[in-house]
Amino acid sequence: MSDTVTTEVPVYAGVAELRRIARELLDAGDVRVIIGWEHARRGARPVFITDAADADRLIFDARCVHNLVTYLNPRRDNVAELGKIGLVVKGCDAKAVAGLLREAQLTRDDVVLIGVRCGGVLEEAELPRAAPLGPENVAPRCFGCDNREPELVDHLLGESQPEPPRPLTTIDERVAALDAQPLEKRWAFWTEQFGRCVRCYACRQVCPLCVCERCVAEKSRPQWIEASPHPRGNLSWNITRALHLAGRCVDCGECERFCPVGIPLSLVNRKLQQIVAERYDYAVSDDPEHAAPIGDYRLDDKQEFIK
Amino acid sequence: MNDESDRRQDGAADVAFEPRITAFVCNWCTYTGADLAGTSRLHMASNVRIIRLPCTGRIDPLFIIKAFERGADGVIVSGCHPADCHYTSGNYHARRRFAVFHDLMEFIGVDPRRMTFSWVSASEGAKWRDVVDEAVRSVRELGPYDAYRALAPVGDREI
Repeated sequence: MSDTVTTEVPVYAGVAELRRIARELLDAGDVRVIIGWEHARRGARPVFITDAADADRLIFDARCVHNLVTYLNPRRDNVAELGKIGLVVKGCDAKAVAGLLREAQLTRDDVVLIGVRCGGVLEEAELPRAAPLGPENVAPRCFGCDNREPELVDHLLGESQPEPPRPLTTIDERVAALDAQPLEKRWAFWTEQFGRCVRCYACRQVCPLCVCERCVAEKSRPQWIEASPHPRGNLSWNITRALHLAGRCVDCGECERFCPVGIPLSLVNRKLQQIVAERYDYAVSDDPEHAAPIGDYRLDDKQEFIK
Repeated sequence: MNDESDRRQDGAADVAFEPRITAFVCNWCTYTGADLAGTSRLHMASNVRIIRLPCTGRIDPLFIIKAFERGADGVIVSGCHPADCHYTSGNYHARRRFAVFHDLMEFIGVDPRRMTFSWVSASEGAKWRDVVDEAVRSVRELGPYDAYRALAPVGDREI
């Protein structure tokens, strides 16, 4: 990569438009707050803009990894109290909005969606300025993204972006490598990974689609999931978290990015995507009318595992 | 690892491994089918503890995880055949849920032979016997689920 790439990253063409639209929406009173990204000391960070004069703080580049849809999660009613929200979304984020709409956690009129055409984001995004995307620094989940120009949005900004580069190792390749291992090796791998879990529940807190008011992990009578961070309770928690996202996960990668001990949650999430794709021909989209596979059924669903 | 070691410690020297299997069955079909197997005096393995639920749609995958946590070596989930559900569609929903669960557990490294899924109707006492015998046989081959129990030596309770 080193000799061919310039160090200058072209400024995202949609940013001027983004600031103008944000200013107009706030001035007209169409929204009370715009949630987007701004520059910070250690890269981009989420920002809440309530004053049109601050609209110029908004940015978009490959460091904007945060899925801001988590602020629309009904668990965060303190955000809803701010008033109507204008939200800047990438394609994966728009899928999360569709997920909330699909499950009646949100109505479309609650939010103005400002979509950005996305060419992929950085895996390690805490940088003073955006770096050009290459195989070694692109977030692996961006490879093969099917929603780089979200349709659910009210405004779609910027010009078409190039396809994200292929990462050195794709998530599918990592999942396939695990699948090729014998059962005992997989068990050893996952119990070691989940064994490191400290049960901070950051994966749940950041997830835009973990919407339960009271999580099963908090229930103590009966206690379905043991609260102590020992490998048995951790296994139970991590399987449950993954299953509850089956057919719903939009692969925004926030759970893995927030995990303080670095559990490769994207591998579990991707495996579940593969399972619902293979069994039910389902891929998560940003169309809220497209019913999720769990909670739906067909009379001729595969049942080769049932005697 | 010696599969039998910890069981021998509590005095039961040289007792052959007997699988403990928890069965989650629906009230309307499989429970009645199992009842029929009993009233028909069918011989079958006695390693299965049945937990009766209204419908397979009521069975959360956490039940299975909990059974393993509490010392089950294998589980059975069984309910009405497709189109026979007392609540019309509970078994269809369960079928999807357990298909995903089954595949995920296999990815995590749980041997799928420890989890038996079946449709057994109220008239299929003989099929229930076959399901039970087959589940017990395959779990017996696999041995005790010490790998799961070894996850946490604390707070163990026998079922």
